[in-house]
Amino acid sequence: MTVDAVIVGSGPGGSTVADVLTAAGWSVVIFEKGRNHLVDLEHPERLATDYSNDEIKFLYRHFLGPDPFLEPRTFRTGPADGDHSFVGEVNSIPSTVGGGGIHADGKVPRFREEDFTLLSSFGPQDGAAVADWPLTYADLEPFYADVERRIGVSGDAEANPLAAWRSGPYPMPPGPSMYGAVLSSAAAEQLGYHPYPAPGATNSEVYDGRPACNNCGFCAFFGCPIHAKGDPVAMLQRALRTGNAELRPETFVSRIRTDGRRATGVDFIGPDGVEHSMDARYVVVAGGAVETPRLLLLSGFDHPLIGRHLMVHFQTLAVGGFADLRFHAERGRAVTHLHDDALVPDDASRAAAREAGLPWMRGGIVEHGGTGLPILEAKIYPWGPAHKESMRRSPLRDRMWAFTMQGEDLPVATNRIDLDPTVRDVRGFPVARYTYAPHPHELAASAHHGPRMAAILEAMGAEWTSVVTSPGTAGGPAEKSTPDAPMSRHVMGTVRMGEDPATSVVDADGRLHQLPNVVIADSSVFVTSSGYGPTLTLAALAARAATAMTG
Amino acid sequence: MPTWLTPEEYETLAAVCDFLIPADQTPGAAAAGVVDYIDGLLGAFSVDPPRIWAGGAFSGRHGGPAGFTEFHPLTALDELAWRTRIEGSQGRPEREFNGAVVGLQQRYREGLAALGADFCARDADEQDRRLRANAPFTKLVYEHSCEGMYGAPEYGGNRDGIGWSTIGVAGDVQPRGWTDDEVSEA
Repeated sequence: MTVDAVIVGSGPGGSTVADVLTAAGWSVVIFEKGRNHLVDLEHPERLATDYSNDEIKFLYRHFLGPDPFLEPRTFRTGPADGDHSFVGEVNSIPSTVGGGGIHADGKVPRFREEDFTLLSSFGPQDGAAVADWPLTYADLEPFYADVERRIGVSGDAEANPLAAWRSGPYPMPPGPSMYGAVLSSAAAEQLGYHPYPAPGATNSEVYDGRPACNNCGFCAFFGCPIHAKGDPVAMLQRALRTGNAELRPETFVSRIRTDGRRATGVDFIGPDGVEHSMDARYVVVAGGAVETPRLLLLSGFDHPLIGRHLMVHFQTLAVGGFADLRFHAERGRAVTHLHDDALVPDDASRAAAREAGLPWMRGGIVEHGGTGLPILEAKIYPWGPAHKESMRRSPLRDRMWAFTMQGEDLPVATNRIDLDPTVRDVRGFPVARYTYAPHPHELAASAHHGPRMAAILEAMGAEWTSVVTSPGTAGGPAEKSTPDAPMSRHVMGTVRMGEDPATSVVDADGRLHQLPNVVIADSSVFVTSSGYGPTLTLAALAARAATAMTG
Repeated sequence: MPTWLTPEEYETLAAVCDFLIPADQTPGAAAAGVVDYIDGLLGAFSVDPPRIWAGGAFSGRHGGPAGFTEFHPLTALDELAWRTRIEGSQGRPEREFNGAVVGLQQRYREGLAALGADFCARDADEQDRRLRANAPFTKLVYEHSCEGMYGAPEYGGNRDGIGWSTIGVAGDVQPRGWTDDEVSEA
């Protein structure tokens, strides 16, 4: 049997491709190495009930995968660290049906126009492969609008003066503002920033047969118990309902087969532990910017740029303590407000760049948020007689508010994913190894914007503030790997797109220059990282690539 | 009766947990069920499905059916991961593809032994000294104690939600959720 397309990965990229292709009558098989907790495969109109408000299951027991024992990753900052300096959980975006869409808190902003023309708009940076994308915002805008409708996005098209132009409104209005975000937005506005309701893949009303979000607060890191989140569930359901799609969870694709000129299909290991193969006219790879280059390398593909230019948003966290306020951040959508000012250079950031010896610098979106997770909080406090009083007073949860900046990470050729020389996954295949260290740009942008975020917290009335970064000084959950590894799940750039096969791996439609019936449909193809969350942009690119496939 | 710990180990662990999260005007870790949470993890495979992942979508505490008590069945790979994590690799090749793994059961058995059979009978200064002398084990017990104190009661700890009520959090809230006013107002 030859299917029209095999899709590797069921996250926002793979699900979008499945939705577009099956609507055009193509037969597709979606392979997902993780478990299925999302849809009833026999009755796709029914949604699973496995997700819950359960901090243990999601934060400490790897419910969404990958389990770091079965599928570890390795990390090093550079060859001086040896083969690797850490083995275990490194930046594990979920491995489950729905992929990274499941755990996210559903912020889905678009990029700005100049994010696609970084070299032309801002110029080069030493030590970084700053480049323009082979497509523009205008090329992508119809697909942004399309995937906003597919996913179900709430937002206010008028609220952000720094946003790119839009062809129409959001499909839904914004949901309720979190109490802390009401206060932090007011303080930010007072200081001249432009906060706005975060575009959210969380239903503010009944949408596409799924309910409105009821503000349970278990959003970031959790699957949605009532399916009010625009994880890829809607796209997968639609694809399955056509009868043209088959979804195979717990199935690991180990190799793309080729005849030298074209891909002919894939080898895979199913839940039975046995290797099989399947023929396909197209192979779509949507495993994310870590697993996708790993599969290309496992398949013996030899383009020298595969795995290179790994980008991970540089996180700068400013936290503030408020003795007289309780933010109850366990209520609501985790993050309801953003501001984009750090993405638009101003006189102050230009001066800071000059001082750091850089031609320019950009930060990223600043998320207004708090935390409502008591186990996470408890593990931070010391043990002993003061423990319970700390938990009741709650200086690091209920009385804390924070800004997180997802800073633009420049593409650097030595930052890369390759195959670890010794560490294997449970099926015996080499695991992905990160080699990563930030460019001076990220450090300078963080040093510039961190104190500015802290100043907003002070204007809001904070008694104390503190700034930490990841990579760098942020601790994160107790079993978190190594402070050198970036915490942000925004991984990008390892199979970059471009017109020239010498400087890029895929073309503007995501097709490998060397094997045009292999299509990459995830954030691997990003040329630059911007400072916006990657989900909507990768879904828009996937919709565009799938549309190009069907002609 | 404990599921996996011996009665003596259970008693020592209760003293350790109470030292780490002591009672004040509200119950300490042991009274809140933290030792049962840890014992339930160490003995997770004594029941089927194993006590690894509580079910969904709702607990029943805020409406809807009580799904948390129906633990998820594990796949063969899930079982391999969790048995290795709990029991250790024990020289079995399928558990040692990246080397030997020391399991939680061994860490607890050896850790509690290192604290001494007389741990419960010693004064607070001596208990403190022994816990600090066994810092990696103490850190492990503390992290598990935080989970048992403030995690879902279905895992054996946080008895009757006492961990949540003493610090004023609701724990799980589905399917009720929060109203828009509860989100946006002080």
